[in-house]
Amino acid sequence: MPAAPPPKTCLLQFRNCRILRDHKIYRDDLWVRAGKIINPEKIFFDERIVADIQVDCNNSILTPGFIDAQINGACGVDFSDVDSDVTEGVSTVAKHLLEHGVTSFCPTVITSPPESYHKILPQIKRSQGGAEGAGVLGVHLEGPFISKAKKGAHPEVYICDLENGFSDLVDMYGNLDQVSVVTLAPEYPRSEEVIKECVSRGITVSVGHSMANLVQGEEAVCQGAGFITHLFNAMLPFHHRDPHLVGLLTSERIPKDRTIFYGLISDGIHTHPAALRIAHRVHPDGLVLVTDAMRAMGLPEGTYSFGKQSVDIKGKTATLTGTDTLAGSIARMDVCVRHFAKSTSCGNVLALEAASLHPAQMLGITKSKGTLDFNTDADFILLDDSLQVRATYIAGQQVWVADDVTLRETSLQEA
Amino acid sequence: MRLVIMDVSPQVAEWAAKYVRRKILDFKPGPDKYFTLGLPTGSTPLGMYKKLIEFVKSGTVSFKYVKTFNMDEYVALERSHPESYHSFMWENFFKHIDIIPENAQVLDGNAPDLEKECREYEDKIKAAGGIQLFVGGIGPDGHIAFNEPGSSLVSRTRVKTLAQETIDANSRFFGGDLSKVPKQALTVGVGTVMDAKEVMILITGAHKAFALHKAIEEGVSHMWTVSAFQQHPAAIFVCDEDATNELRVRTVKYFKGAERSLHAHTGALLRAWKLWYLC
Repeated sequence: MPAAPPPKTCLLQFRNCRILRDHKIYRDDLWVRAGKIINPEKIFFDERIVADIQVDCNNSILTPGFIDAQINGACGVDFSDVDSDVTEGVSTVAKHLLEHGVTSFCPTVITSPPESYHKILPQIKRSQGGAEGAGVLGVHLEGPFISKAKKGAHPEVYICDLENGFSDLVDMYGNLDQVSVVTLAPEYPRSEEVIKECVSRGITVSVGHSMANLVQGEEAVCQGAGFITHLFNAMLPFHHRDPHLVGLLTSERIPKDRTIFYGLISDGIHTHPAALRIAHRVHPDGLVLVTDAMRAMGLPEGTYSFGKQSVDIKGKTATLTGTDTLAGSIARMDVCVRHFAKSTSCGNVLALEAASLHPAQMLGITKSKGTLDFNTDADFILLDDSLQVRATYIAGQQVWVADDVTLRETSLQEA
Repeated sequence: MRLVIMDVSPQVAEWAAKYVRRKILDFKPGPDKYFTLGLPTGSTPLGMYKKLIEFVKSGTVSFKYVKTFNMDEYVALERSHPESYHSFMWENFFKHIDIIPENAQVLDGNAPDLEKECREYEDKIKAAGGIQLFVGGIGPDGHIAFNEPGSSLVSRTRVKTLAQETIDANSRFFGGDLSKVPKQALTVGVGTVMDAKEVMILITGAHKAFALHKAIEEGVSHMWTVSAFQQHPAAIFVCDEDATNELRVRTVKYFKGAERSLHAHTGALLRAWKLWYLC
């Protein structure tokens, strides 16, 4: 069980750890107060006080909490299931994600009819997270403005074009206040004005589930699109005369002051290790690990019936019962991080940043999440050297800890 | 005056750290009795700080009852600037040891009234009972703290304008932009350091050899401010072989011999010698 939360104004010093900051992992302490990471030098010279509590981190790696920008559900919960209590479903998943090291996420809703969006979206609200579960960074709407030819598991019947521009989005989704990411196919006419409008409202536009060629992709990026939804999956493959959306990774039309980010499902199933290596080597700075997990994630092996589908879960894969057809990803974020680190030999820094800093950059929230910089939220995790999550903290409070881990706390005030 | 000559600079760092440890332990500091230590910044003392951190971590010394006073700080340089002496001391020493924050004193170069800040610094030192051990380094021109050549040898803590040479040399730390280099500093005076019960000066490297020669082989001169410590009752210069390049063979022989006989004849120092060489 996580320890009782310390008082809000308590000055915490996490010691005996190696922290990830400024693209380096080095030995240093992390100081936290009132849920924020603070500059201890200021405390030392201005306030001239010592920490109230020192926490011995057992020589762990201390890194920003993972951020999952694309997750459709887990533990039997499907965020797109209009007949379920989505609020409760998000809470269930949020709680479950803590042990994966995920401290915030974007619940993802796949292609649905308008009435579903109108019912589901009001049930998902941004939240800070805490002992009750990971924070919600806003919804990722994947569809329905995508290509029928690249629909993947999305129901074709609800797929739409953007004939009326941005008003199509408003009509389809209703209120956009709680939306962080919209995945759309940029080859639709009027997609450019839609992208512009979304970006002006602070929504990240992702290109994906698309037949777009590279020129269309570049145009979308120039209009402000900043993300590519699960690279390699649900898009035209790399071709040397038209590399399609994959070509965005090396495009010279990306404005110099911007980075195009791209999601990778590094679960060992959905993206071949060689493909992971290609992406990593040509454009490491834009790499964002996503789980794209479906509701079977977190369930024990067996056969389940989800709505009309029957799904077999065995090992790392979920398949439609009696077939080899993949039913979606069931990978945990920490598993994806380890698989990615191992497959690409990219080193711990990049593997960890790909699940924390990069998604925060993609979402434009680095002032509060995805780093251990001073004055950001104290959402962080402790890992051992094989990148197994040992403990999870949100706003400086321990929200999950592995059963076999004891973190010794010393109160300096009593001493 | 003692001159301790070690073979190489890491040994100077270790010797100095062990000396500081010995002084703190012998003082037996406690809640009613704080050991007071004057501290420098710079590359020479860095090795000493590293060793002292090791000692604190291994539990052979504690700074819980130690008050430290730093020698100097730039004027009007943001305290969080990586070149500020606050940053240096925090990064390289204070954050790693068990000193109580209120006991670590560094001059505030951003104080609204700099002269008042300097006066109060002297008062704080006095209130703490004076400095037991002041550790310092020297510049190639023989300055101690920011007491540049020409400083009064009875000077107290004050605002000091830096020599153009120092400003030019510092520009490398400020992206080569001379306009960003601080032109003034607050510094303890030569007199302030002279008041310490003991003074230990660290000198390493051939580039400091001429300064060491001026410091100990010629007369006291305000153009080589560190030479003032020839007249201090308990001053120790600790140097490496490279720093002795400009000394007379006779001088080196004399001090090496003096150290040997010190060890041979003093039980306490013999124990210290064992600490230095066998630890």
